[in-house]
Amino acid sequence: MAPAIAVRIHWNLAALRGIRPHEYLSRFALGGAVSALAGLATAHWGPVIGGLFLAFPAIFPAGATLLDKHERDKKRHAGLSGEIRGRLAAALDARGAAMGALALAAFACLIWKLLPRHAAALVLPGALALWLGLSILLWRLRKLIVHLVRAR
Amino acid sequence: MQIAYRFLAGGLIVSLFSLLGDVLRPKGFAGLFGAAPSVALATLPLLILSDGRDGAAVEARSMVAGAFAFFLYALACTWVLSKKHWKVTPTALGMLSLWALCAFGGAAWLLRSP
Repeated sequence: MAPAIAVRIHWNLAALRGIRPHEYLSRFALGGAVSALAGLATAHWGPVIGGLFLAFPAIFPAGATLLDKHERDKKRHAGLSGEIRGRLAAALDARGAAMGALALAAFACLIWKLLPRHAAALVLPGALALWLGLSILLWRLRKLIVHLVRAR
Repeated sequence: MQIAYRFLAGGLIVSLFSLLGDVLRPKGFAGLFGAAPSVALATLPLLILSDGRDGAAVEARSMVAGAFAFFLYALACTWVLSKKHWKVTPTALGMLSLWALCAFGGAAWLLRSP
């Protein structure tokens, strides 16, 4: 595999040290609020409208804001503004979310088609595995395309 | 009671996927977790219990429209942040109107189809 696409996926647990308690709380509250809203929307407007909120961007806006803030803070400590770096890091995060969203559509499609005829205990884990596998595949595929375009 | 369960489960699962996004590297890969099926995983088990598998499948059909709206939202955020140099928080929040427009447009189409 070409070096440009053989990117190693790894953990950086030290990144957790930079997150403050109120940031964890705000994510918890946002995720809880969107899930509750999805239930209320189903109760008031029916499952067609309620179902839309199952794919609401609940993680990305808070994540991108935090990423931007942390990147700017890092640069500020070095005496630089960091605004451009924060914005580009958030743009990179958004690009990843776009690929994840395509896989999310496949996740929903699988549940829509298979859930009426098969056990939920099989369909839900299967859909999650599909989301993860397809997300990684799309991400790798994009890396490969960028590598091939640059190599021409 | 159902709303309280949804709030707790949604909060926990969104937090879990957010943490994965924080610790995974490279950053571009971690971005995938910004579109994890967190709200769906918190909500669908309860829906299956209350409305049955057919009812949950109807919501999953709408979720396809919501996911395509999310895709357009994320593409728009990528373009605006990298090319137009807008600030991150107003972009991420303001572009939610694009998600709503596309998602509700998709729902209107679904409501008209058999």
